Amino acid sequence: MRYSGFKVIKEALTGHKGWKPAWRDPVPQAHYDIIIIGGGGHGLATAYYLAKEFGGKKIAVLEKGWIGGGNVGRNTTIVRSNYLLDGNEPFYEMSLKLWEGLEQDFNYNAMVSQRGILNLIHSDAQRDAFTRRGNAMILNGADAEMLTTGQILDRYPFLNVDNARFPIKGGLAQHRGGTVRHDAVAWGYARGADIRGVDIIQNCEVTGFRIENGKAIGVETSRGYIGANKIGCAVAGSSSRLMSKVDMQLPMESHVLQAFVSEGLKPVIPGVITFGAGHFYCSQSDKGGLVFGGDLDGYNSYAQRGNMPVVEDVCESGMALMPMLGRARLLRMWGGVMDMSMDGSPIIDKTHIDGLYFNGGWCYGGFKATPASGYCFAHLLARDMPHPNATAFRFDRFSRGLMIDEKGMGNQPNLH
Amino acid sequence: MTQINRITNGQTNPDQRLEFTFDGKTFYGQGGDTLASALLANGQRLMGRSFKYHRPRGPLTAGSEEPNALVELRTGGRQEPNTRATTAELYDGLTARSQNRLGSLKFDLLSINDRLSNFLTAGFYYKTFMWPAAFWEKLYEPIIRHAAGLGSLSKIDDPDLYDKGFLHCDQLIIGAGPAGLSAALVAGRSGAQVILADEDFRMGGRLNSETFAIGDQSGADWATATVAELATMPNVRLLPRTTVIGAFDHGIFSAVERVSDHLAVPATGKPRQILWRIYAKSSLLCAGATERPIGFENNDRPGIMLASAMRTYGNRFGVAADKRVAIFTNNDDGHRTAADLHAKGVKIAAVVDTRPDAPRSGDYEVLAGAQVIDTKGRLGLTFAEVREADGSARTLEVGALGMSGGWNPNVHMTCHQRGCPVWNDTIAAFAPGKNLPVGMAVAGAATGAFSTAAALSTGAKAAAAQLRHLGFQPKPPRQPKTEDTPTNVTPFWYVQGCNRAWLDQQNDVTVKDVKLAHQEGFRSVEHLKRYTTLGMATDQGKTSNMGGLAIMAELAGKSIPDVGTTIFRPPYTPTSMGVLAGRSVGRDFHPTRLTPTHKWAEEQDAVFVEVGNWLRAQWFPKSGETHWRESVDREVIATRNSVGVCDVTTLGKVDVQGADAADFLNKIYCNGFAKLAVGKVRYGLMLREDGIAMDDGTAARMAEDHFVVTTTTANALPVYRHMEFVRQCLYPDMDVQLISTTEAWAQYAVAGPNSRKLLEKIVDQDISNDAFPFMACADITVCGGLRARLFRISFSGELAYEIAVPTAYGDALIRRIMDAGAEFDVTPYGTEALGVMRIEKGHAAGNELNGTTTAQNLGMGRMVSKKKDSIGSTLSEREGLNRPNDLRQIGIKPVNPADPVPAGGHLMNATGPVDAAHDQGYVTSAAYSPSLGHMIALGFLKDGANQIGKRMRLVSPLTGVETEIEIASAHFIDPEGNRLRA
Amino acid sequence: MIINHPLLGPRDASEFTYLGDAKLIDRPDWQSDTAAQDFYEYGYLRTNPAGEHRELWFHEAGDRSWLVVTRNTLTHEISAVEMARDVARAQGRSK
Repeated sequence: MRYSGFKVIKEALTGHKGWKPAWRDPVPQAHYDIIIIGGGGHGLATAYYLAKEFGGKKIAVLEKGWIGGGNVGRNTTIVRSNYLLDGNEPFYEMSLKLWEGLEQDFNYNAMVSQRGILNLIHSDAQRDAFTRRGNAMILNGADAEMLTTGQILDRYPFLNVDNARFPIKGGLAQHRGGTVRHDAVAWGYARGADIRGVDIIQNCEVTGFRIENGKAIGVETSRGYIGANKIGCAVAGSSSRLMSKVDMQLPMESHVLQAFVSEGLKPVIPGVITFGAGHFYCSQSDKGGLVFGGDLDGYNSYAQRGNMPVVEDVCESGMALMPMLGRARLLRMWGGVMDMSMDGSPIIDKTHIDGLYFNGGWCYGGFKATPASGYCFAHLLARDMPHPNATAFRFDRFSRGLMIDEKGMGNQPNLH
Repeated sequence: MTQINRITNGQTNPDQRLEFTFDGKTFYGQGGDTLASALLANGQRLMGRSFKYHRPRGPLTAGSEEPNALVELRTGGRQEPNTRATTAELYDGLTARSQNRLGSLKFDLLSINDRLSNFLTAGFYYKTFMWPAAFWEKLYEPIIRHAAGLGSLSKIDDPDLYDKGFLHCDQLIIGAGPAGLSAALVAGRSGAQVILADEDFRMGGRLNSETFAIGDQSGADWATATVAELATMPNVRLLPRTTVIGAFDHGIFSAVERVSDHLAVPATGKPRQILWRIYAKSSLLCAGATERPIGFENNDRPGIMLASAMRTYGNRFGVAADKRVAIFTNNDDGHRTAADLHAKGVKIAAVVDTRPDAPRSGDYEVLAGAQVIDTKGRLGLTFAEVREADGSARTLEVGALGMSGGWNPNVHMTCHQRGCPVWNDTIAAFAPGKNLPVGMAVAGAATGAFSTAAALSTGAKAAAAQLRHLGFQPKPPRQPKTEDTPTNVTPFWYVQGCNRAWLDQQNDVTVKDVKLAHQEGFRSVEHLKRYTTLGMATDQGKTSNMGGLAIMAELAGKSIPDVGTTIFRPPYTPTSMGVLAGRSVGRDFHPTRLTPTHKWAEEQDAVFVEVGNWLRAQWFPKSGETHWRESVDREVIATRNSVGVCDVTTLGKVDVQGADAADFLNKIYCNGFAKLAVGKVRYGLMLREDGIAMDDGTAARMAEDHFVVTTTTANALPVYRHMEFVRQCLYPDMDVQLISTTEAWAQYAVAGPNSRKLLEKIVDQDISNDAFPFMACADITVCGGLRARLFRISFSGELAYEIAVPTAYGDALIRRIMDAGAEFDVTPYGTEALGVMRIEKGHAAGNELNGTTTAQNLGMGRMVSKKKDSIGSTLSEREGLNRPNDLRQIGIKPVNPADPVPAGGHLMNATGPVDAAHDQGYVTSAAYSPSLGHMIALGFLKDGANQIGKRMRLVSPLTGVETEIEIASAHFIDPEGNRLRA
Repeated sequence: MIINHPLLGPRDASEFTYLGDAKLIDRPDWQSDTAAQDFYEYGYLRTNPAGEHRELWFHEAGDRSWLVVTRNTLTHEISAVEMARDVARAQGRSK
């Protein structure tokens, strides 16, 4: 069923009887060509691109709970490609380009809104670093613009300039960056994959792998054994737990990141804005809530909730930047588990076990990567070769000294 | 307008007449009113518009769970969107406006959406607005954004103050209804430290809304007397107007006290609100319960409210929701509203009870086995359509309708640490589960025990049990006689066949939407919520979620507990961002650290710059200088030609002492320190364990067992932390002690050919080149006996010293140096000139030590000793960090001296494409060199060591620069180092 | 969170800075034949358990002790707090 304005009108006039489930609820088959573990954004996108772009048949996505329930269901919705390093920038620019055509591609309105992202600058050293980054973006074919404080205030007249501890000295803008309705990404990919024959199996938890002669041949699940020629893992914060079933230790830690939404407000913040002198970034959803976040709580956690010190730190930064926010109310705070890697960059690679593939280590940047991650993981699964834009995301980069460390923080995951 | 619906004998104060405006119209209320009760008293049922369909709305509740009656309160910078009229305490001069409307509240043009509701079903926007692609951002989204949202921010700075405070207690009691008050009495009398917090401005909870007695007093009077007794106990802290917003790890709670929200403006110097962080050894949740509505067609009109809210308005505020009311209930509690209002002379048109065996509760008609199936009234309820037990239709002419669908315990705080509530069939609701936050117990209606007697007894018992556990000996009180009615509810969620029956009134989610979500496969409770937006409004589903769950359960053929709940997250009610930030705003966002010369520098009209939390002098303009470059150039030239002085106190300093001090430095620096002679300084490069450069600085050996280590300003803290890690965790038996002395010593660089001559006038010892050569250090005295330290080190490349005195003498020393240096025209220089001189000299700084560069990148690869183990030495040998064509630090100068060489630019070959694939390196630091008369820069270039003299292009497409440059040695000035040894 | 410091008693966790897995105490021998692999595993691989986790915290706004805290990553419950120095010695670290 194709979605369209015409279809909406037709259904409205005929009692909405024609709407079908957005995806089927299939019974698991005994064997698949490819199983993707993890029905989050990345897993669903992988299945979608496998089916659509790589001619994949007999594909299943196994989800232990409900699809889209991980980070794609709980994030601050930002998409951008303002990266610095060679290993990253082409990949994220590919992702942004996929976002730009996504809704027409999968026939679902994910509300991709290129309202622009702005990183504020508060010191000369920061200006130098952002200049280097902006140039790297342009040299990679992305867009970037250095804005003056005056240009910024034209768009954000309520920013604190008169009484600021760290004055705003400009900002690096990426106008093609913006926000996307996060749940719709999961649903759009799920629906698109389902239409192309992918079995999306919810409430199906993988409890173990079956390995024979060094090759993965299937998974044990809460709904029984399912065989597969290839198995791709895309379970983000649960990666270490899953891969421990094949005795793999990963170069990552799971950390809690909190995010926040305010009560609904009439439009006030036009784009995505990032404070450079504290931990705060913010945008406003189409529904009117200010969606914002800051730093990790900082300690390993699978608890999916955080504590107050970070909440207060984020609001301090928010108020320091936009003193009008004192009268806005925080409506809800939530915590998700982040697969923080050792250099802040992801892994899309084969494992040492034949037929077992891994996608993870997205830190708190996984949402924006969803389309490219799915595409590149699908490429790896289908062709056993990394996609040209994802060649650097290898396991062995740590032992070989080829880290992709955007922030220069070294092997300490909570600093990325 | 008169208060036409004010009936007597409420708990408001008729002698206190308060004037207020709503949408510009003046009204009067009484002391003790909320905005909602005062408006209702004036016959104003219409208070807001819903989110999506812009349906006219009045209050559904009388408390913080209100979804409908949201207003913009106050004006100017204090304008406060989405304030619940049901909790806003009335004060004289209050100003409120309705919100989320186009036009007036009565004639909202966007109510057209209601006519189009059949097209605007759940999730319709995911299926359309996709063609043409460009129209989403240009047309559809702006329209949606402007129609969405609720109230608006003023865009003006919030003028109020917010505070934060810390409290500790044996027992935190959350909620001061009958259970909480009963618990507090037991706890208070036991001598424990007790905090009793309640979100209302009047403690007592439902006791203020009910008419029954406790002992020989009314419930409200008992509450007043109990609060009065508690107020006399020094160990009990009463926090009215205080919402506990969340239960966090290890017994820590956050609570917001609304200190001044009931005043026109806060008293001078007083905060608007306080965020309390409460450390509680035990906590007792007495948060009560929330009544739930019933789904039927058009159940959202102004005048339709929860029966318990109607009772609150009647009993507590002395306000009848209307002259003629009806009740729609599935349980006995609904009848109470009818009885209470009837006793106050309000006409009860009928009690419509879904139960065939409905009791007769008073002298009014009870329609047993009947249902309200629809309502009428454009801006407020006028008629309720009833289907009686025999199927016959009946129309009730009423202005208000109370709904009572049973009660949900307020379990939220029991679930803030991911505990799950459990289903209780007796009350047909979720009650607290077993997995409570550590140290928490629950009492009263929050457990599902709904009678007053149960609240009193469970509150007292739970408090006593917790206190005994903490070592107190509480005495169980004798409970007064009071109401003890058993709960009698027959689940009834919605009228069969209804469509536009509202579940989530604010977000306009109806029964039809839940059905559609089910039809489209959004059947998980989280999918239901996200697809329909059920429960995502500012009330977080307090009145709406259960109805949605019940319908989904029915459609899916499951039980309600099998469908499950969504996750309960803090805060319990929406919390102002101002109070979460507290005082750390504006200039107080972060502390400001001042250097010892700050006052003196201010006297010199210095321009200051933020360096981390420090303020440092950036340059010292002299009169007549109009551009910063004039000042900086002058400072550089004066230093290079004679002598300059710069405050370098902000550099981190760590005192390292002990027999194993040298061995310790050998671990933390990649280069060797064991053989450093006493009285000598050595440059040290510190690696992270991953082999990347972490920081650099100097270590001065003051004695055999005593080193003074410096770090960069930015890394003072992380380096110290790292050194303590190495000391305590890796080499616990080394005889070495560390202490950060960054703030203990004022330290100044004195640089330039005349620096020795200047210092000789101050230093008491011989500092001739022979006595005190390059890289010497010593404990010395200055000015005739003040102890000091002198280091002959140079960041500028000149003959230079750094001199340190205890911080208290820092101001005196800078003044003495300036006096002594007058004959040499000593020139103070700031961080800009410092930066220019270090770039001229090719010294790496923060821009080069950026966390990704290796010793090899920095041209210091040979410093990494292979003869010893040091942090980072092994991993620095990985292939990726040792490739032959790796980046190498180089100098850059423009071919045409007038051209810029901006930092952040990238290096490209002289010819060929300009793109990422052909990127050869980048520029880290740049400055105008007054010594050379053109710009210079430092940067990293592939295989840079072998590219000196090569012509390349420096491109910065971001800033529109492309310059022809030449790769040079990074040492632009005095590469042989003759000056610093002079 | 509250960390019960062995010397100072209960302190708010916001006084501390977190580093990570307490295995960072077990720094490998640089002269071992397998030093390159050992240091890679030491520096980069983590068990990252969902459950009990021994981890390093630094009392930065306090007495500057490094502590080994045993904390459950699912519940945040803390079951033990030790001086890292004692732990290091017990694991055979010296000079």
